[in-house]
Amino acid sequence: MSLEGIAAQAFSMVAALVLAPLLAGWVGQCRAWLQNRRAPPLLQPFRTLHKLFRKEAVMAHEASPLYRSAPYVVFACMLLAGMIIPTLSTNLPLAPAADAIALVGLFALARLFISLAAMDVGTAFGTLGARREMLIGFLAEPALLMVFFTASLLSSSTSLARIVESVSRQELTILPSLAFAGVAFTMVSLAENARIPVDNPATHLELTMIHEALVLEYSGRHLALLEWAATLKLFAYSCAGIALFFPWGVAHARDYVALALAVPVLVAKLAAGGFFLALIETTLAKMRIFRVPEFLATAFLLGVLALLVHILLGA
Amino acid sequence: MIGPAAMDGVVAVVTAWLLLGIAGAVRPRQFGFVAHVLFPASAAVSLVLAGFAVGAIPAPPQVAILPLGLPGLPFHLRLDALSSFFLAILALASAGISIFGAGYFRTGAGTPPGIICLQYHLFLAAMALVLLADDAYVFMVSWELMALASFFLVTTNHRVPEIQHAGYLYLLVAHVGAIAILLAFGVLQADTGDYTFDNMRAQRLSPFAASAGFLLALFGFGAKAGLLPLHAWLPEAHPAAPSPVSALMSGVMLKTAIYGMLRVTFDLVDTPLWWWGVVALVLGLVTALFGVVFAAAQVDMKRLLAYSSIENIGLLVMGMGLAIVFHAYHMDSLAALALSAMLLHALNHALFKSLLFLGTGAVLHATQERNLGKLGGLLRYMPWVGWTTLAGVIASAGLPPSNGFVSEWLLLQSFLFTGGLPNPYLGMLVPLFAAGVALVAALAGYVMVKFFGVIFLGRPREERLAQAHDAGRLERLGLLWLTAGCVLIGIFPVPVLDLIDPILAALVGHGLAEGGRIGDWLVLAPVSAERASYSPIVFVIAALLLMGLAFVLVRKLFHGRIRRAAPWDCGFPLQTARMQDTAEGFGQPIRQIFEPFFRMKRELPSPFDSAPRYRVTVEDPLWHWLYLPIAWATERVSRFIGLLQRGRISMYLFYSFITLVALLFLTQA
Repeated sequence: MSLEGIAAQAFSMVAALVLAPLLAGWVGQCRAWLQNRRAPPLLQPFRTLHKLFRKEAVMAHEASPLYRSAPYVVFACMLLAGMIIPTLSTNLPLAPAADAIALVGLFALARLFISLAAMDVGTAFGTLGARREMLIGFLAEPALLMVFFTASLLSSSTSLARIVESVSRQELTILPSLAFAGVAFTMVSLAENARIPVDNPATHLELTMIHEALVLEYSGRHLALLEWAATLKLFAYSCAGIALFFPWGVAHARDYVALALAVPVLVAKLAAGGFFLALIETTLAKMRIFRVPEFLATAFLLGVLALLVHILLGA
Repeated sequence: MIGPAAMDGVVAVVTAWLLLGIAGAVRPRQFGFVAHVLFPASAAVSLVLAGFAVGAIPAPPQVAILPLGLPGLPFHLRLDALSSFFLAILALASAGISIFGAGYFRTGAGTPPGIICLQYHLFLAAMALVLLADDAYVFMVSWELMALASFFLVTTNHRVPEIQHAGYLYLLVAHVGAIAILLAFGVLQADTGDYTFDNMRAQRLSPFAASAGFLLALFGFGAKAGLLPLHAWLPEAHPAAPSPVSALMSGVMLKTAIYGMLRVTFDLVDTPLWWWGVVALVLGLVTALFGVVFAAAQVDMKRLLAYSSIENIGLLVMGMGLAIVFHAYHMDSLAALALSAMLLHALNHALFKSLLFLGTGAVLHATQERNLGKLGGLLRYMPWVGWTTLAGVIASAGLPPSNGFVSEWLLLQSFLFTGGLPNPYLGMLVPLFAAGVALVAALAGYVMVKFFGVIFLGRPREERLAQAHDAGRLERLGLLWLTAGCVLIGIFPVPVLDLIDPILAALVGHGLAEGGRIGDWLVLAPVSAERASYSPIVFVIAALLLMGLAFVLVRKLFHGRIRRAAPWDCGFPLQTARMQDTAEGFGQPIRQIFEPFFRMKRELPSPFDSAPRYRVTVEDPLWHWLYLPIAWATERVSRFIGLLQRGRISMYLFYSFITLVALLFLTQA
């Protein structure tokens, strides 16, 4: 591992940590504009995090060490996910350590810990949240894998860096398999990031919440870490989408000019993606929880279809 | 080197196990002697076996002929890479299970401890002999010994009617399977009358005969492995047994069936046909999906694990099917990849499923409760059991950085790169199986969250759970041994895969390492580094560093203050432990989504009931569609045959006369 690689990795970590709350703030702003409300400032998520970090953490008497460690585990998982997705450069020393399947495994590990932690205190809402989170997870995870598989078959590698390199080398044509995969990926991302139409991040209505129910008992620094992890997850999914479907502008090895250019390109892509997300959230209504399996099963089938289209047409 | 002495060593180990069993039977009621001397000694013997077996994997095959058994039919034994690997699985799992058993078995109702010790060691020795057998005779004798020993272990608490029923069903299916295996060997020896495996290897069978042999073997071994539709005994028998025995049955005995399938398909038959692989893939996928969906609906913790074993067997059979397809088309490097995934998963499953069963055993001892609806919050009272079980849960859910993830990763990799299959339909079909594997793996995560969350997390659903005690010292040792196995294989998979390599070379004629390297100790890259790589050690270190960094920075920049209070729960004032999700509640979404899988009966209370009761029973539809009709037909046929029995000697003489005439007529013709 060279010094340069470590520097690139550290840079991508800092980028993830800073850009993730900004992305969440931007989506919030867009949503407010589209809904004719006055928007909160772009830095609002940072203010919230700072506020939470300063507050005292209140914990239930019953809470076990698992409950206390879960925020750190989830945060580390999401940060690691943000670091192994080639967002700025494909020359990452951590890239060979984890491929697309390991990335999905990483998300699943975080989900397992947050669900177990939600069950740990033993409240009705915690277990409800855990059950719903796992329900969404077991349908979204295979759909996400199908999307990654389609991309891996296109580039005959499951390594994310290789996928980005091979997709970005192609001309600007719409491959039918990638089109299906893109729709599936969008649906999975909405579900996994607790967005409308699956979940509403701004809800405080107990019976409909999923993500909120999971973190209901958390407070102070633990909640801050979990919220930061949630923004990192949104960032990681956005970056994965960009890496799979719009990888142009990502720097390859030792290309410092491209690396300098990659930052504004990434910010522009994220801004566009965030606006698109806000648009979806504004135009759709939230589904009943038992419509969610149908929604995600559709995503899964679209992913499988993408795979089949690739095998049939070779494109 | 251990190599040349390995055969003698393994035979000595089997003898030692038999002697330990006999020692127990001599003093059946001496509890202290059995628990504190014999079982720890057995664990030590297992460790010795592990040394011999691991040493023998890269060594050339060794044969031995023991002058036992019938005159003219000596015992042929053979120790090659495949049997050594499965012996290693047996040894590694049984070392942990035996030491746990030393602390687990109690005096009480049912079979006395010394007799359990005899049955337990007979079971171990029989499994070892199954793996060593080199002729159909030894194989069947030890196979039957294994079935009988485990039958008696299952029925340890033989006064309970359900356990009697479970034992009966187990014995029945085991024997139906054994008949099929015997017939398979009959086909494979091709009328030569020589039942040694060497002779079967030498035969060149017609495709029809080979297929008949394969299908019979798949049926026979499938009955032992719990392959659909022959799974019905498994969720009954595994929970009925004492937990160490459940662990042995789920962790190791099912693997002997997988061993049998591999032995027949890749060793005894010269070249497999491609459609065998498709049969195995379809059966495996159906089994895996069925197992995991039913596991999600269970309310008994040991039944849940038994269904999860069915799921894992399904995954193993899928891996085998894929390897058959590739091998039949001479794509041997891909066959090697699929086989390595499957063999590694067999080892992993033996470790983590044994661990989980032992964990439930400890919980069962501490609480006398198997029903998930009456457990909860045990992590606080049983931290050793809880945290080791968590390791097993992560492995069973197939999450990084556990060993379960490595084998799942390899399996997905082998499904993914199927380009170049000459049959285009097959090329299209195989990635669909990858989708199935992904779905099963994700559902396994759901099941495991339910399992761990309901038992160990939350608040105790019963008052008396607060008195639950943690596992004793010997039990902890067993749990830790298996946990260490799960963690170490998860972090250092490459040495284990290097160990598997000679088996691949022997079975499909192509190792993983030949096409390049499997990877160095740091990075696992089975095909090539460009195609796919995974480095658990870097993964773990990076995650731990980030966690530590977050922890330290939060402490440095802010504070570490904590206040304890009552749980908030959206401000609801009245909360009891009963308001948590029960196992039924947690399984409800699965029951709703996969409704056609189940045969459900719901009893809902009316709004005016003074004592409202809600009941739901979930049953296996195959039981009604398959087993009961067969039982009914058998009963009908036997009643018809019963008509022949008239109870008069003259009638029986008449039957003999007719038979004689018929035979004379036949020999004349």
